Amino acid sequence: MIEQSLIDLWHGFGIALEPGNLMWSFIGVLIGNLIGVLPGMGAISAISMLLPLTYAMHPVPAILMLAGIFYGSQYGGALGAILLNLPCHPPHAVTCLDGYPMTRQGKAGTALGITMLCSFFAASVGIIVMIVASPLLVQISFKFGPPEIFSIMLVGLLAGATMSRGSPLKGVAMTVIGLLLGVAGTDVLTGTQRFTFGVTDLGDGVELVALALGLFGVAEFLRNVNRMDAISVPLKMSMRDMRPSRADLRQAFPAMLRGTAIGTLFGAVPGTGPTITTFIAYALERKIARDPSRFGHGAIEGVAAPEAASHSKTQVDFIPTMSLGIPGDPVMALILGALLIQGIQPGPQLMTEHADLFWGLIASFWIGNVLLMVLNVPLIGLWVKLLAVPYRFLFPSALFFIAIGVYSTKSNLFEVWEVLAFGIAGAVFAALDFSVAPVLLGFVLGPMVEDNFRRTLLLSHGDAMVFVQHPISAGFIGISVLLISVRLYIWLAARRRGVPDRVEALVAGLPPG
Amino acid sequence: MMRRVNVKDCVGGALVLLLGIGAAAQASHYELGTLRRMGPGYFPLALGVILAVTGALIMLASVGSAPAVAPIRQRPEWRGWFCICASMVAFAVVGLYGGLLPATFACVFVAALGDRQNSLAVSAVLAAAMTLVCVAVFWGLLGVNLPLFGWG
Repeated sequence: MIEQSLIDLWHGFGIALEPGNLMWSFIGVLIGNLIGVLPGMGAISAISMLLPLTYAMHPVPAILMLAGIFYGSQYGGALGAILLNLPCHPPHAVTCLDGYPMTRQGKAGTALGITMLCSFFAASVGIIVMIVASPLLVQISFKFGPPEIFSIMLVGLLAGATMSRGSPLKGVAMTVIGLLLGVAGTDVLTGTQRFTFGVTDLGDGVELVALALGLFGVAEFLRNVNRMDAISVPLKMSMRDMRPSRADLRQAFPAMLRGTAIGTLFGAVPGTGPTITTFIAYALERKIARDPSRFGHGAIEGVAAPEAASHSKTQVDFIPTMSLGIPGDPVMALILGALLIQGIQPGPQLMTEHADLFWGLIASFWIGNVLLMVLNVPLIGLWVKLLAVPYRFLFPSALFFIAIGVYSTKSNLFEVWEVLAFGIAGAVFAALDFSVAPVLLGFVLGPMVEDNFRRTLLLSHGDAMVFVQHPISAGFIGISVLLISVRLYIWLAARRRGVPDRVEALVAGLPPG
Repeated sequence: MMRRVNVKDCVGGALVLLLGIGAAAQASHYELGTLRRMGPGYFPLALGVILAVTGALIMLASVGSAPAVAPIRQRPEWRGWFCICASMVAFAVVGLYGGLLPATFACVFVAALGDRQNSLAVSAVLAAAMTLVCVAVFWGLLGVNLPLFGWG
């Protein structure tokens, strides 16, 4: 089986290296990096803004470009965290803790170099895991019928709801709101208009891009306007600064390995966000360090481990997204949405029916990571300049990009109203300490969950016990119950003693994600 | 002794409760069907009920829970909030009656005014610059479906 995978992968490299596809990959990485560097813009904004552009493209280059954007923006976010202490991108918040002190010590170049190395290494490991694990998972998942699919989606949704920051109850509430938004529009089976309130523009359902840009774009600007401190550190950076010394490498290498391992482990659990993964990687480094007091003052392990964890985690996240159709986090939910728009149903059939796309994507991941390295070394000076763009110029321009982005999804100005509505709703919920990330997860899975739920009960003639009678499904239901009880226990225990940890407090104070 | 109530959680829970009740009420207008043959209303009704229950639980949990992190009191940013919302409205309305070019200018100009450091002149320059970018990239290169001036 592995041989077959390798042959397929070889074929995949052929597809990804076709000049047309390679070009889109390159453009994706470049634009993603550009947007990711800008303060306040993350992978979600970058992907959803450019998603409409891919509607007219062929599925293969479209997905390759989106994956490139994803990589680029992820790396771009690390730049802001390390150079300016801007935790705009939740997964990089932990990187700020030691990355920014390194900058102040004049070691910004080293921190960036290590970050690049870690992301490349971690992503490569993630890709290998993907090559080995995906075919196995697909074999198993061919045994899945509607009850199994419903149950595993339940696990994913519950994990997404309860593993994010803060109260698990609030996470559940956000997930359910997402599911409700997902079922709005015309019911496929009966043609009934649900939750449209007579608005014909809502007949096709809520627009994914409007929802994502509202919750993660407009809402963020509403929260940050006039509150982002202007930071203008004149930074000069050249290629030579980015080469870490041998001592740095020796220190960072074990941390990188541990971070990668943690990220890979968590990637296999659908629904765990990247933020929590980086936090755990950082906490582990601090716990096992010989001198924990160095952390927070520019310890290179504190940069290496979380960055490696976040990159291997997102890489491994593609496995459940592509082979089961269950996204692990909001970014994956967006990519899943993009696939659905292209008429490709992710799931076990994807690897057999769209083998070119699947293996091309895997190959392009690796190529994307190489491109990222190649691009960032000469362009670092430009990125540093971009970081200095004041927020007061940035957010009005970004709002325009959001407006034109949502407009072009359907060439309909109604979408602009939609994005505004979701923006206000997102800002209100965020102000009330809700994490809005699970909404997107629920939204993308909503129609699939309903469909499989209805189908299961139709086949079982209305017997709800079917979910626990099928062994695989029962296993997933068991995991769900376990997940809820463990999370409730942790939460209650934490509530009783308050939050003593500084890092935890920092993570708790971050923007949702 | 009064038990401390986490106000944010209490309000948030109430909001979720109301949304849940609203969704369930709306869903009950659709055909419910039976568990065996579910109508379009069954699943949304179930979700609405779950949402309402979750909201009630959040409200219950808010009693006696001190906020985990001491809340930082932030001033409301009415100017910024208003301008950001208005800029989206401006794009939608001006875009409908005036076309892409004036809509872009209005959108960026209004949004820029939301930042207290931006003057009228600075906002206008930024808006003009973005309009140029828009014409070059979105209209010229990507062929966005909105006419530059006027509608239709």
